[in-house]
Amino acid sequence: MTDKMEMERRLGIVISGSLTQGVQVKLDPAKSVEDIAVGRYVAIKGEKKRFFGMITDVSLEAVDPRALVMPPDISDPFIAKVVSGTTIFGKLRVLPMQTISGAVAGEGEGPQPARTVPAHFSQVELASQADVESVFGKEDACRFHIGTPLDMETKICLDMVELVKRSNGVFGKSGTGKTFLTRMLLIGMMQKSNSTSLIFDMHNEYGWEGTSEKEHKVKGLKQLFPGSVAVFSLDENYDRRRKVKSDFTVKIGYDEIEPEDIQMLRPVLNLTEASVQAVYELAKEFTDEKWLERTLQAFESDSSGLVEKLKIHEGTWRNLRRGLRQLTRFKFLVRQAPEDTVKTILEYIGSGKSVVLQFGGYDDIAAYVLVANLLTRRIYNQWREKVDRSLAEDSKEPDQLVITIEEAHRFLNPEIASQTIFGKIAREMRKYRVTILVIDQRPSGIDEEVMSQLGTKIICLLDNEKDVDAVLTGVAGKNELKAVLSKLESKQQALIFGHALPMPVVVKIREYGSAESYKELGPLIGGSSRKSTGKPDDLWS
Amino acid sequence: MDLGKQFAEVIETSNSEFLAQCYELDGVPALGSLVKTRSRDCEIYALVYASGTHSIEPGRRIVARGQGATSPADVFKANPQLAKLLCSDFRALVVGHDRGGVMRQYLPPSPAGIYAFVYSCKPEEVRIFTGSLDFLSLLIDSRLPVATDEVIAAFLRLASLTHQAPQEFLIKAGQGLAWLLSNDIRRLDSILKRLRI
Repeated sequence: MTDKMEMERRLGIVISGSLTQGVQVKLDPAKSVEDIAVGRYVAIKGEKKRFFGMITDVSLEAVDPRALVMPPDISDPFIAKVVSGTTIFGKLRVLPMQTISGAVAGEGEGPQPARTVPAHFSQVELASQADVESVFGKEDACRFHIGTPLDMETKICLDMVELVKRSNGVFGKSGTGKTFLTRMLLIGMMQKSNSTSLIFDMHNEYGWEGTSEKEHKVKGLKQLFPGSVAVFSLDENYDRRRKVKSDFTVKIGYDEIEPEDIQMLRPVLNLTEASVQAVYELAKEFTDEKWLERTLQAFESDSSGLVEKLKIHEGTWRNLRRGLRQLTRFKFLVRQAPEDTVKTILEYIGSGKSVVLQFGGYDDIAAYVLVANLLTRRIYNQWREKVDRSLAEDSKEPDQLVITIEEAHRFLNPEIASQTIFGKIAREMRKYRVTILVIDQRPSGIDEEVMSQLGTKIICLLDNEKDVDAVLTGVAGKNELKAVLSKLESKQQALIFGHALPMPVVVKIREYGSAESYKELGPLIGGSSRKSTGKPDDLWS
Repeated sequence: MDLGKQFAEVIETSNSEFLAQCYELDGVPALGSLVKTRSRDCEIYALVYASGTHSIEPGRRIVARGQGATSPADVFKANPQLAKLLCSDFRALVVGHDRGGVMRQYLPPSPAGIYAFVYSCKPEEVRIFTGSLDFLSLLIDSRLPVATDEVIAAFLRLASLTHQAPQEFLIKAGQGLAWLLSNDIRRLDSILKRLRI
């Protein structure tokens, strides 16, 4: 590196600080605070070690407080130039996060979490590409290029194999690019990890095609990995309208719905506690799997005898009738399903294909909660058996399964998280090689225990105090990250931290949607490093 | 070694300053000029901080003689003895020395020699001397009978002209002053205002 480049990268020197609060860096006179952005990476040349950290705050200081009360005449450009950086100066707060062994970049062993701070007056400079690469690793068979750090062209890579081993979360306000980011993550999982995905695609964004913020269409997973992705649909009419052919049309029989599913729907169907209790009573009364069908029939006929027998209050019965009748709107609910959806999904997953379940026109939260919960519960049971069997027979364990759910707070809020299947998966299914990827805009609505179990959190802009607190609970350097989080741009930027990467990182998510971006993803598409049965398609020809 | 133009002699000396008498009447260097002289073992650099012309006898006052003359030169023509009765001298503050070819911007071990010749410094020497700004602290801390800030500003203005980028030099010097005067913003401001060229 030339001296000139080194001078350009140099930011200042360490003047004080601590490991927990971060070190204070006095900015060189030649550098303007306005060129510095919170979230940028810096390298600190300590006496023995090279530190890697992130700028978490920028402040204005003066050597003498009197200078602030009686400022020098900075209307004179000469005086302004002289005093800036001397009498008045900029100060950065840098959180040292990793040590890269050896004072010189690239020397010694790999990065380690920083357990001390650099010595006084250590030189601080903008991190080089080599620094970033040595911390986050290069794109390889396991690492997926998710984006670039702010103001840098270096690739930030996520270790997808590590990522899928635990449940993860994507959070952000509406319109901040969660879907876009999730699509990218799913692509990464398919390319770089030995996992299959089951995606409950409420808004039809991941299957065949999705829409970008600029309202143009972008390729969905099926177009990218035709041989490794199957699109299941709940709504044939939607497929017909969109002229898209799905691999399987999902029908769910009334007999597949259990009282627990109705309990999950309590808030969305506006059912009272008493109504949910009545559902259990009805299921007990009808004894068989046809309890829902028979209850719906009872609504249409004279049900006074039944109501009296079960001691259901009239108001409760009315509430239940109003609530359960909403289910009849869903055309995918039939008396008896012609095919076993769960079996089909598991067959696809077993053959290494990911399944995107599109909800078509049923972008109703009730339909989403019902279907996602119902299918996942049954998949969970069968998956668990499969894993237990493979353990018993000492044969190869099934691949990792990642279940993606949107509107996660509907499944994982503190009231029901302990009872729902998703809560269970988040807490303990890692052992059974099933994890969930939760996507949500109100992380404060998600149960704390579930949040604490999420391995990697990917956070787009959040501005609600409660939501920010919820995602950062228990994270080291929480206040610093809070400052970074609140300054994220509203699009295409995300703060990522957790299990899959060595330190928190603000990433500008890589571009997706242009022919160029598809090409960049190209070489692995359709023929990922894993056992995909698909052939490379002719998308780029 | 090229010593430059010899134009005065040291007639009073100490470690920190000296008084030199010019060979020519009114031949004093400009305020803030860098001059050099010798001590026993080194070359001494000093800044001119005060200069003037006066009677050689402290008790004899100079009186006005130019009534009716058309220029001051006419006065000297009419009174040729004046050139012998008057003298010009200047005081210079020692700001560094050169021993064995190494420039040091602090006081020399011994004062300038009495009757040592004083030479003017060439622009190149000034440029080399001001390559380091360590002498600024000597200047800032000196207690001169004249306004020190005026001398500092005058020297930096003159020195800047010997550099390829005068403005850059002044900014650098200004920053040096800003460090030294971090607790006296008013003084800094007043010097900086005098640095405009």
